[in-house]
Amino acid sequence: MSEIKEKIILEAKNVEAWFGDFQAVKGISVAYGEKTINAIIGPSGCGKSTYLRTLNRIHEETEGAYVRGEVLLEGQNIYDKRIDVVDVRKRIGMVFQKPNPFPSLSILDNVVVGLRLQGINKRSTLMEVAESCLKKAALWEEVKDKLNSLGTSLSGGQQQRLCIARALAINPPVLLMDEPTSALDPIATAKIEELMNEIKRDYTVIIVTHNMQQAARISDYTSFFVYGKMIEHGLSSDIFTNPKEKQTEDYISGRFG
Amino acid sequence: MNNRLFRKIKNHLFFGLILLSAALVLIPLFLVLKFVFVQGWSSLSLSFFTEIPKPVGEVGGGMKHAILGTIYIVLLGALIAVPLGVTCGIYLSEFGKSKLSKTLKLTVDLMSGIPSIVIGIFAYLMVVVPLKSFSALAGGVALSIIMLPIIIKTSEEILKLVPTHIREAGLALGLPRWKVILFIILKGSVSNLLTGIILAISRAAGETAPLLFTAFGNMYLSYEINKPMATLPVQIYTYAISPFKDWQRQAWAGAFVLMVLILTLNLFARYVLTKIKDKKGI
Repeated sequence: MSEIKEKIILEAKNVEAWFGDFQAVKGISVAYGEKTINAIIGPSGCGKSTYLRTLNRIHEETEGAYVRGEVLLEGQNIYDKRIDVVDVRKRIGMVFQKPNPFPSLSILDNVVVGLRLQGINKRSTLMEVAESCLKKAALWEEVKDKLNSLGTSLSGGQQQRLCIARALAINPPVLLMDEPTSALDPIATAKIEELMNEIKRDYTVIIVTHNMQQAARISDYTSFFVYGKMIEHGLSSDIFTNPKEKQTEDYISGRFG
Repeated sequence: MNNRLFRKIKNHLFFGLILLSAALVLIPLFLVLKFVFVQGWSSLSLSFFTEIPKPVGEVGGGMKHAILGTIYIVLLGALIAVPLGVTCGIYLSEFGKSKLSKTLKLTVDLMSGIPSIVIGIFAYLMVVVPLKSFSALAGGVALSIIMLPIIIKTSEEILKLVPTHIREAGLALGLPRWKVILFIILKGSVSNLLTGIILAISRAAGETAPLLFTAFGNMYLSYEINKPMATLPVQIYTYAISPFKDWQRQAWAGAFVLMVLILTLNLFARYVLTKIKDKKGI
């Protein structure tokens, strides 16, 4: 494992994820530095998304699914029995593969619903948060005149940026992204990659992607997964130019996967 | 050549049979509608809506008391069945894997198969006997039992339509499960749920058997929950089997009003449902 220059914010220690008898993720240990973009690449069905979902304890919401190992957020194990799962998820946001704005909520409400349901009702505060998050998500200019339209009335790419704004609104230091651009066209994808460079200033991002060019373009660090195991982890510049493992080299040069 | 002719004949024959069965279903339905509309419309007058029954022999009078009674008892039933039914629907859709929920599911299926007269007997034993009087309350309880399985089933199905990733998105925002269910899942399904509720109400509004010995019926206007109360179906039944021509005509008018009421409710529910489907088709 390569050493990390930045202060460590999130660390997986021997994480295993199970669906009943099936083990999807096998003993992953990685540390993530503060305000970095970390890509996870690997062939389909290799447990990337499942691993990502263990990091904010969403994995356990699936029937029969459970996790072993530790995930330390700023030194504290999020799987500790004394920890409230709700607090964990407030500090580790998530953007999903398919854009999923809440149906029958307006664009504005979609962004601030997290805050509102936490009891923050002051209109000026909510408007401020909405504007700044929509700006960070590079959506503000497109929606500022129709904040009361339904979130689902936007295009797919806009919906995904709305979901990013929604995740940013509760201001989590860590943001997980599960193939956020796989359902989008190249223009929408470019917009999201652009905004990721912006949000990197304030947030730590862990992104699962199928797209190796994307991982190379945007990430500081990259992990390569095969069959639930992490084959290699390191600086993206190293992984994509000079991988240590034969399997990684084969994968990034398109010889397998 | 012969073969082809035979095939053509077979084809026509089957098509004819299908048409025939469709017609067989439609004809009685239209006949019922026609009878009720023709007979009902001609027996209808303004006083039917504004007056209560007059003594036998006197001309005129209406079913104001029964129309209001039906609305009263149906709303009473809905008041009991809607919160209970929607809550059960939530339980089945959101926590539907436990032993209890499997039992509940089976019970609901069985419930919708209970003959309505048996539900009437049940409400009689549970409410009328202890309170020692026929009452609007007993009628409301009986109708709520008719509504419950419909509301539970539709609520469950409607909430299950909400995709898992919407729930996960809510949870991932650090919201407790109950808030996700209440403010995101339910809020997004309100108009759908309403459709199910209206369908249940319109089904219950036409029931006669459960009301016969619960709400019982009377001949004057009453708003008292612990006293017998008239309803359209029971009033129609009483008048229709009476020997008086005038009462029989009123029964037709009552049937007409009841049918229009239920038809309107149904069409309204369908209208709301199609509107929602249009909106979702993005």
